[in-house]
Amino acid sequence: MTTPTPQEYERRIAALEDRLSSFEGRLRPPPQRRSAPELAERFGLPIAWVLLILVLGFYKPEQMFSWNSFAVMFGSTAMIVVLTLGLIMPLTTGDFDLSVASTMALSSMIIAVLNVRMGYPIEGAILLALLAGAVVGAVNAIFILWFGIHSLIVTLGTGYFLQGVVLWISNSAIISGVDMSLVTLVTGTRFLGVPLSFWYALILAAVIWYLFQHTAMGRRLLFVGRGREVARLSGVNVTRVRAGSLIAAGVIAALAGVLYTGMRASADPSSALAFLLPAFAAAFLGSTTLYPGRFNAPGAVVAVFFLSTGIMGLNFLSATSFVQNLFYGGGLLVAVSISQLIRKRRPME
Amino acid sequence: MTDRPALSVSNLSKRFGGALALDRVALTVRRGEVHGLLGSNGSGKSTLIKVLAGFHRPEAGAEVRLYGRAAPLPIPGPRVRALGLAFVHQHLGLIPTLSVTENLRLGELATKGNWRIDWRGEHARAAQVFARYGLSLDPHAEVGSLSPVEQALLAIVRAVEDLKSGGSGHPGVLVLDEPTPFLPRAGVEQLFALVRGVVADGASVIFVSHDVDEVREITDRATILRDGRLIDTVVTRDTGHDGFVERIIGRSMAAYAGAAKARPNGDPVVSVTDLAGPGAGPVSFDMAPGEILGLTGLIGAGYDAVPALIYGARRASRGRLRLAGRSLRLQTMEPPEALSRGIVYLPADRLGAAGVGSLPVGDNVGMPVYERLRRAFGLTDRDVNAHAATLGARAGVKPNLPGLPLSALSGGNAQKALLAKWLQVEPALMLLDEPTQGVDVGARQDIWTALDRAAQGGTAILIGSTDYEQLAHLCHRVLVMARGRIVQELTGSALTKESIAEACFRSTTLPSAA
Repeated sequence: MTTPTPQEYERRIAALEDRLSSFEGRLRPPPQRRSAPELAERFGLPIAWVLLILVLGFYKPEQMFSWNSFAVMFGSTAMIVVLTLGLIMPLTTGDFDLSVASTMALSSMIIAVLNVRMGYPIEGAILLALLAGAVVGAVNAIFILWFGIHSLIVTLGTGYFLQGVVLWISNSAIISGVDMSLVTLVTGTRFLGVPLSFWYALILAAVIWYLFQHTAMGRRLLFVGRGREVARLSGVNVTRVRAGSLIAAGVIAALAGVLYTGMRASADPSSALAFLLPAFAAAFLGSTTLYPGRFNAPGAVVAVFFLSTGIMGLNFLSATSFVQNLFYGGGLLVAVSISQLIRKRRPME
Repeated sequence: MTDRPALSVSNLSKRFGGALALDRVALTVRRGEVHGLLGSNGSGKSTLIKVLAGFHRPEAGAEVRLYGRAAPLPIPGPRVRALGLAFVHQHLGLIPTLSVTENLRLGELATKGNWRIDWRGEHARAAQVFARYGLSLDPHAEVGSLSPVEQALLAIVRAVEDLKSGGSGHPGVLVLDEPTPFLPRAGVEQLFALVRGVVADGASVIFVSHDVDEVREITDRATILRDGRLIDTVVTRDTGHDGFVERIIGRSMAAYAGAAKARPNGDPVVSVTDLAGPGAGPVSFDMAPGEILGLTGLIGAGYDAVPALIYGARRASRGRLRLAGRSLRLQTMEPPEALSRGIVYLPADRLGAAGVGSLPVGDNVGMPVYERLRRAFGLTDRDVNAHAATLGARAGVKPNLPGLPLSALSGGNAQKALLAKWLQVEPALMLLDEPTQGVDVGARQDIWTALDRAAQGGTAILIGSTDYEQLAHLCHRVLVMARGRIVQELTGSALTKESIAEACFRSTTLPSAA
């Protein structure tokens, strides 16, 4: 038996130390225990939702505690959920998109014009509407990234421009009579009593949640939004990522337009514009919950239904229509104030 | 009356925590004199200037007199002009999107409640001011479109004009804090001509600089600080270049020997040829596998630009890199390509360019290897954090909790984590910019050990730094740069803190070697 040289010993010791330290990470999982304030922060909004239902139910039990009320509400707000999900893509990479609601209106009108006035099959009309959404996103990306203009200004401009396009192609008139097969697929069919539109929105939310939380690409989106220079120097193509999320926002907003058309079997040139503020309110309110401090898909879903429940309840209390504006506008301000407080107290995420 | 000095400082001390940044310093600036203030990093120069500008409160017992009158301490920042002091810092404090006239009158326009501004009159007055100093600046031009020299001249003229209108009743003292490192030689001469014009009017100038030659050219007398203490005040005419350098670095050459590491043998694995870009070039050098090469020089010499240019963090105008037998064009280099070739870069701006403070340590560390951490379901926080915990334990990150945001770690621990981020990809070439700036002593040692270990594994490491002790300790070889070029190579026993410092302070007189 040969005696190992001192170098050999050194090498072995180093190898053992390396193995030991690698176990250290494996054996001791990072502490997952969360403090009470952290839990309150994560689940504050879902808890507030339940409380809201209970309080409103105290006054109007027969309406608030009926599954049917919620089924209707879930089905009819699905397109706001989808619109919000589209919006959180560019918000995550650090760009605003004020044109999402106009894109939704454009998509809805393209389907109606092509299908009703020009006799296109509904599938082709939907495909072209989604394509139009992608084009809007690409145009936004060109102005923001190529010309270097702030996204707020660019999308304010494209949004207003698109409103003009919608009025033009529709001759400022409501177009009804869209193919009933779309209506059947969106609201005509129910699962657990809730129209399919709701389930489509949930599936999209799950996809985006998976993208943000469990893919390398999704996590890099967050780096692009939080530290562009860090992302660039870590090898991320920042321009391509930002362009990609703006285009994704356009396509998803167009999808919201498809649902909106299917819900009403018609398209009108102006009503979709009213969803811009609710989408922003829900995106920011959603960023205060479940994954606090990040724009996140499940948070966005909860936020939309929280806001809609409030409005529904106030309607049951026979409040007039202006409560919508109060609720959404107030909700946006409360949401951004809360997220600012989170950021100050704990610069986490 | 008139023989009272323009500025006299005595018994000035300033303590930061336990460290004495200034220790009973005295300084006297005569009327109509250009007075140099010299010293290396950490000598107390900038602390002294900050006390004069009212940023710091000096320790009790200090005295600052302007034209014989004692100034209140701490000096009230907003009132320095009225006391007869004006400052031009390296960041000139100009607003690039406004016109020359608007910048010149910024102080008045911002504070005086004028409803009507007579722009024609303001422009004409600005033109008169420039004519008086023999400058040809267009009052209508946007400041951002001016050359760096013109911007510096404008900032100086503005400071002098502010002194005149400040109401101190004296010509005043103008402090120029490192105004020259980024100016070309011709620009420095223009600036000096302006300084001479200013003192001819009766004002005094304090000229803060690293550059011994410039101090010898422009000043009448000079004060040298080292380690917070006053070393000497000398008459410039009677003091040679060596006299200055000796006073700046001290003569304790034998006290600290460098590590004197033997340079690893072997054919060069990295060779940079004719690299040029903003702030540096042309430079050429080779590196052996496992070699730690230092780049240093005075501020503006370009030592920090070279790593950024090689990585493509900044765009080079030309140059080639041969890495492991492959030849790469540096003017088209982008970070993704550099990474795919096994080059990594750790910038000095820790929470601005190297890592995101608001995101967890785990993600900051795991980001380059997300693909490797993916399992059937995809990435999970659990896997990312477990991976970061493993690396963190090896690198000595404390606390080793990858769920914490990066900004919750101390500078040293954040730097260890960010270094681990790049060491895990086992790079062929690692580029570092001031790797231990703002890092405590213990973490500094840990980082040095980690770099040594990586070098032993064959990684070539290029370090841009002005920390001479670090360079002496860590590097096999150090290249000294001046005005963007390599002027000297130090190896073996020449690698001591003092000899590197000396080489830097002499660097501006050396001919370029490459």
